[in-house]
Amino acid sequence: MTRKKRRLMVLLLAGLGLGTATALTLTAFQDNLVFFLSPSDAMANRPPADRAFRLGGLVESGSIERTTGSDGRPSATFRVTDGPTSISVTYSGVLPDLFREGQGVVTLGRLLPDGSFRATEVLARHDETYMPPEVADALRRAGHWNPAQGAAPPAETWNTAPRQREGRSGG
Amino acid sequence: MIPELGHFALALACVLALAQAVLPIVGAARRDPRWMGTAAPLAFGQLIAVGVAFGALLWAFAVNDTTVSNVVANSHSAKPLIYKFSGSWGNHEGSMVLWVLILSLCGAAVAAFGRDLPTALKARVIGVLGWVALGFLGFVIFTSNPFDRVWPPPADGRGLNPVLQDPGLAMHPPMLYLGYVGYAVTFAFAVAALLEGRVDAAWGRWVRPWALAAWCFLTLGIALGSWWAYYELGWGGYWFWDPVENSSLLPWLAGTALLHSAIVVEKRDALKIWTVLLALLAFTLSLLGTFLVRSGVLNSVHAFANDPTRGTVILVLLMVYVAGSFALFAWRAPKLAPTGIFAPISREGALVLNNLLLCSIAAVVLAGTLWPMFADILTGAKISVGPPFFNTATAPLAIPLVVAMPIGAMLPWKRGDVWAALQRLWWAAAAALVVGFLFLAALGYPVWPALGMAMAAWLIVGAAADIVDRIALFRRPAQAWQRARGLPRAAWGAALAHAGLGVTIAGIAGMGVATDTLVALKAGESTRLAGYEWRMEGLSDVTGPNFTARRATVTVLQDGQVVTVLTPERRTFQVDRQTTTEAAIHTNAMRDLYAVLGEERDGAGVLRLHHNPLAPWIWFGAVIMALGGGLSLSDRRMRVAAPAPKAATVPA
Repeated sequence: MTRKKRRLMVLLLAGLGLGTATALTLTAFQDNLVFFLSPSDAMANRPPADRAFRLGGLVESGSIERTTGSDGRPSATFRVTDGPTSISVTYSGVLPDLFREGQGVVTLGRLLPDGSFRATEVLARHDETYMPPEVADALRRAGHWNPAQGAAPPAETWNTAPRQREGRSGG
Repeated sequence: MIPELGHFALALACVLALAQAVLPIVGAARRDPRWMGTAAPLAFGQLIAVGVAFGALLWAFAVNDTTVSNVVANSHSAKPLIYKFSGSWGNHEGSMVLWVLILSLCGAAVAAFGRDLPTALKARVIGVLGWVALGFLGFVIFTSNPFDRVWPPPADGRGLNPVLQDPGLAMHPPMLYLGYVGYAVTFAFAVAALLEGRVDAAWGRWVRPWALAAWCFLTLGIALGSWWAYYELGWGGYWFWDPVENSSLLPWLAGTALLHSAIVVEKRDALKIWTVLLALLAFTLSLLGTFLVRSGVLNSVHAFANDPTRGTVILVLLMVYVAGSFALFAWRAPKLAPTGIFAPISREGALVLNNLLLCSIAAVVLAGTLWPMFADILTGAKISVGPPFFNTATAPLAIPLVVAMPIGAMLPWKRGDVWAALQRLWWAAAAALVVGFLFLAALGYPVWPALGMAMAAWLIVGAAADIVDRIALFRRPAQAWQRARGLPRAAWGAALAHAGLGVTIAGIAGMGVATDTLVALKAGESTRLAGYEWRMEGLSDVTGPNFTARRATVTVLQDGQVVTVLTPERRTFQVDRQTTTEAAIHTNAMRDLYAVLGEERDGAGVLRLHHNPLAPWIWFGAVIMALGGGLSLSDRRMRVAAPAPKAATVPA
């Protein structure tokens, strides 16, 4: 085999590998990208029930209810809010250690036709003061909290709190 | 006083690194032996200086010196001593000092063991390591000084994050860094070769042990991290495709490719440009990993320090190293003309395929890891890329890789015959088919886990077939033992490492049929899972050295016989004001029984119970892989200084 032919072969192979990798990435992206939505976004877009997404916000005060699911598994129902909108979330599993009312939370799951959310995962980090950046962003977009002005206000005041003026971030 | 000494030692190391970065390289360019001769003493001096700095840091942690802000932020007097030590590298600043310490250790090792290296190449390699050390020492001193003082000193420290107080994680960063930094050495060899404009078989022989050692440590480091996630985070999984995990997998993929292509350089004097490129890539990906973990640009379950300025500095460092080395590559690579010629179907061809597939997997993982960041910057959309993406995108690339592994190992150099190789592998193929069908039909496994089992059998039996073929066990059984002894350790190591991957794949396949359940049990109540009866005996309070805990006692029975008593806990660390779940695991090497205690309601404890078949095999396989690498590393052909083995071993 001549050197030229060999080089062509190598180039072809490399092209094939790269092409396959790109094609795989793109097709897998199409089906598996998981979007983050705040409750307001989710209610506005209403993603189809077969599309998983991440829903994040604050756990509404007084909304946690411990129940037993129809399959006998212990589960929990709570409402996730970003101020204007809140969505009822059902989760069957062990809640994270730091899961509590008023805390920022990110859940992964699907929106059911009745407008409630069935979560397969609840993420909360091992840190009491941690606010997931997406949640902070969602709260800021809802106009209720400027993260530059300190910690988030208590969740029970959310549905009644006056909207803050959209402050400049940073400052 | 001691912390100041440490700080001073760091500054001294920085100056030495500057000298090490300039003198030997200039000397090599001018062919001045005295200048080149400074390389080794400078490398030793740097090791001593960084060693002193690290010792000072350890001392500050050991005596709980609360005037040092790093100690205050990451330690507490009530912690066991081992976690005081591991706390010194369990934080951003300390881990960077460890990083530089390992780097200077590698530089000193090149200086000490590289007596047979050509002087100019050695000077250049140590010089390039000096550049790397300079960047990172500057980074430590100017943005993350571990010896910063606080005044007035607080009464005590704030403690180490409780999930990090764990023996597995105490060892995880040093292992991972030995791997990352090992690729700094292959990077230095690659840059030195580019500066020299020459890559030959001797270069390949020098690069391979470093690539191999780095690979072994990285394999162990990743396995430790995954094992820790499995038993400490209590989610029941072992790999979450988290950006931080991916950032350690990426250099591993590139490093595995490098390991294999370096063989071709050494044996056949081909694939030189490609190998140099891979060496650059492996280190680039290691740096990228460091950047991703530290900068907080990516949202991760276990991100390190979220400090944008540090991230920016590391990004600048990354750009300097990457842009510099790749520019050098573009400029000098055409000089490295290949000489060895081979047919596509040959050992070399198989190794090219291995490289191609490994790099494609790395590209896919990299795209999935970085895409959320780019999407955020470009469109503002908050996206995450989860396990489904990585599984669907990497499986079609990983399967051909695994299928080709035993065949490639069977092919001869230069020109081979796939059919002949397959004929020698027929019983591995038969084993794979039998195992696959057995799991599919008899044990009722779903398709993917059954396929995983078949591939595991293919790899393990294929590796055995390779050895059997080499020692001609069936053709000439009389001399088999002699031939086995004469077989180079590298051949044993390769077979062992390939089989180790098979064991890991078997473990992953086993986890594919793992079952779990969630129950709320009162004392005396029980539930069934996977043929076991799990009986809740009760809940109690326990006190540990620096935590209090709620503990559930769960007795696991099979056919009325007690198998084990599991005691999952929820620990509360007062100092850190944090709670962690402590999973209870019982293993018998074929399966894990895994219990996690959740909240309590009405006197009942919520338990998540898992039955994980073959789970320990995942990490066991990684240990076998690293052992195979170590065995290969002990091959006398790797020790360049060793005299060539005698033609025939002396018969007894």
